[in-house]
Amino acid sequence: MMPRRLFPSTLLASAAALASTVLASNALATELMVYTAVESDDLQKYAERFNAAHPDIEINWVRDSTGVITARLLAEKDNPQADVIWGLAATSLLVLEEEGMLERYAPEGVDNLDPKFVDAAYRDGEDPAWVGMDAWVAAICYNTIEGERQGVPMPTSWEDLTKPEFEGHVIMPNPNSSGTGYLDVASWLQLWDEEQGWDYMDRLHNNISRYTHSGSAPCSLAATGETVVGVSFAFRGARLKSQGAPIEVVFPEEGLGWDMEASAIVAGTDKQEAAQTLMDWSISREANELYNEGYAVVAYPAVAQPIENYPVDITDRMIDADFQWAAVNRERVLTEWQRRYDGKTEQ
Amino acid sequence: MMAESLIKAATKPSLESLIRLLVLLAGVALLVVGLLFPLVTMLLKSLQDRAGDFIGLANFAHYFQTPALVNSIANSLRVALMTTGVVVGLAFLCAYGITRTCMPGKRLFRMLAILPILAPSLLPAISLVYLFGNQGFLREVLAGQSIYGPIGIVMGMSFWIFPHALMLLTTALTNSDARLYEAAEALGTPKWRTFLTITLPGVRYGLISCLFVVFTLAITDFGVPKIIGGQFSVLATDVYRQVVGQQNFQMGAVVSVILLLPAVLSFIVDRWIQRRQVAQLSARAVPWQPTLSPLRDWVFALLCYAVAGAIVLVIGTAVYASLVQFWPYNLSITFEHYTFQGMADGGWGAWFNSLKLAFSVALVGTLVIFFNAWLIEKSEGFRPLRQGLHFMAMLPMAVPGMVLGLAYIFFFNQAGNPLNWLYGTMMLLVLNTLVHFYTVCHLTSVTALKQLDPEFEAVGASLKVPFWTTFYRVTLPVSLPAVLDISVYLFVNAMTTVSAVVFLYNSDTRLASVAVLHLDEAGYFASAAAMAVLIFLTSLVVKLLHAALTHVLLNNAQRWRQAT
Repeated sequence: MMPRRLFPSTLLASAAALASTVLASNALATELMVYTAVESDDLQKYAERFNAAHPDIEINWVRDSTGVITARLLAEKDNPQADVIWGLAATSLLVLEEEGMLERYAPEGVDNLDPKFVDAAYRDGEDPAWVGMDAWVAAICYNTIEGERQGVPMPTSWEDLTKPEFEGHVIMPNPNSSGTGYLDVASWLQLWDEEQGWDYMDRLHNNISRYTHSGSAPCSLAATGETVVGVSFAFRGARLKSQGAPIEVVFPEEGLGWDMEASAIVAGTDKQEAAQTLMDWSISREANELYNEGYAVVAYPAVAQPIENYPVDITDRMIDADFQWAAVNRERVLTEWQRRYDGKTEQ
Repeated sequence: MMAESLIKAATKPSLESLIRLLVLLAGVALLVVGLLFPLVTMLLKSLQDRAGDFIGLANFAHYFQTPALVNSIANSLRVALMTTGVVVGLAFLCAYGITRTCMPGKRLFRMLAILPILAPSLLPAISLVYLFGNQGFLREVLAGQSIYGPIGIVMGMSFWIFPHALMLLTTALTNSDARLYEAAEALGTPKWRTFLTITLPGVRYGLISCLFVVFTLAITDFGVPKIIGGQFSVLATDVYRQVVGQQNFQMGAVVSVILLLPAVLSFIVDRWIQRRQVAQLSARAVPWQPTLSPLRDWVFALLCYAVAGAIVLVIGTAVYASLVQFWPYNLSITFEHYTFQGMADGGWGAWFNSLKLAFSVALVGTLVIFFNAWLIEKSEGFRPLRQGLHFMAMLPMAVPGMVLGLAYIFFFNQAGNPLNWLYGTMMLLVLNTLVHFYTVCHLTSVTALKQLDPEFEAVGASLKVPFWTTFYRVTLPVSLPAVLDISVYLFVNAMTTVSAVVFLYNSDTRLASVAVLHLDEAGYFASAAAMAVLIFLTSLVVKLLHAALTHVLLNNAQRWRQAT
């Protein structure tokens, strides 16, 4: 009699119900597997805005840092999992294009975009392999309270960061995993020549306390006072400052490295229609207004409004970045970087 | 119903035996598919190049020629040995306090000491940054040393491994023979000598076993070094960096094989000790009871409460960190971080996924593992099969989570594998977690089953009741406390584990523990703390429910245990 009371059939029934909820998947909408390196605090917003226009397409995000997503896409080359890439560095997309992993498609309204933000092949009459969204720009986050307390002055240039008083107070992202890290390295190598660029990084390395995986983390660490100076990007600095962090967002005088966030369809996807719908929307005016909420420079001309904590002349201060160079030399530069500096990378 | 099964059993005597064979084979198949095949695939991968061609030991040669990678071996050994020293030392003293003194507040101490088990190992690491980081309120304690590195790793690991060591040593110290101590006293043996010649030898097997368990947990842990390791690389974080950061799966496999070695070694030693420990305590032994000794009792009470205080401080810090608006510049309290702004699906989705995983593993895992243990212990025939199953059930303990997770990628993500569809699903996470924590549940089941009179099965068989009815009507209800222990163990571990599942989730099956890692990596420290606290509270609630349920059960349905 005891077992009957202890193992009522309701228990087994609820077990079965639980198992079935675990197994069940919702097959209501078309599901797109979208790989992205867009800042994670904005992802939900991106999906919501897109779904307001296209409720029948469900986005399944796979989000990680630029380097990780790029490595993952390359590793999955023979068996691609992603349908669309929405928000990955143009330098990475150029690498993927080189591997033949992108499907050429001219989204509706692509002519509205600033030509700089569209794959150059489009000018030669081909469909573009990728289209740009916005530019993200290097910046330094400087904690004013800790700077004063620890006697570290506010830097104004990249060169300042190599001065002795900054020793142990600088954190920057690892370019192997972080897109921001790579745009910094690529911009230094372009700003000066290669030899001088590596020489600069050698000297900077002496002052670095560690290299982080994400491009946001150095600024977050500066914001909480774990470090005085974080080499990061303008978006994160501006946002943290708005949230009340005691930081100044510094735009070094030598010039600002930048990269473009861009989108593309992954070759071989069996969800062409939904993928194209997403691409069409991703270059719309509405989408560019969305990008402008975080980024000062976007692909759609005249959409951009000034953003809090960004300098108004930011476009003039961005260097004349050569993405083609950055893409072609990506692997070589990253290998060299790793050989020289990887010992200070965080786990 | 009884008559019906009687008839069935009488008319088809071989059917029951056939079913028994089939369920045994199913049990074996589970561990072959969930453990052996993935591990073998991983070993093969470590001998292949990126294109999948066999290249012998070339990957290993490359590994040992790369100083940055080889350094991690020494680093891992160093922090694991330091952690083992700290944890076993403290746990021994505390266990001694519990079992061999009359210190006040033993129950409260044991409750507090168990808390770290309910938190993911990421939680202490996050707290330590708040306590000892550059802005930490206790940073002076470190005298200029950085918390990011070996110091932080050892502190964080010590926190969450301590309860494991305490439980093992408390059990070891409980079994004592008062007659030996009486004899020593009668002969006028000094206390320190009694300790060296009676107490220590009496617990030597438990102590050695504990040393190896702690060492294994420390060398395979991923969460603590990931968060607080700074530039200090260890084997477990190398696996993650190779696989996730660089997508270099072959090198990931190589590091995994190296990480497997110390774990397997300590597994073998532990097995060897277990075999020797049999019947150390004779049936005529008289349990030793401590007598009052105010000075000694208070010294141990102080020590134990210092440890408990540290545990509460670490957990309290995580809770505080999750509630502060903007550490350290705006200390007003807010629940904002529990909205998990830094996550695409709002974070609560990940928490719900973790709940689903934990409930599924607790339910399915408990039934499967206990039933398999019962087949091994209590059934007749198919001896080689039962022994094989028992052997395989012991193996998961020797396989670090990182290794198991990576092995799952290799095996289940192969294009030609008919089980490929499982990849990225919740079911695969359930299977992985079930296998990952199989051994402890298996041992608990076996211990519980060994306490039962084998006559139950014999009587069942002679009454021609099929074996599953005996199991369902007698064995399972009678072993209910152990079964509940297993299910809560599985639940808590599924909630808190990060090492294996970090390789296996996809966008639909993100887990809370993995979310802690990602939030911290991206710089959302307060949200990471909030998620870690959420996991801790969930485990705590389930643990309390379990305690209440066990209490009710023991008072009502299990009265026979206190018989006569």
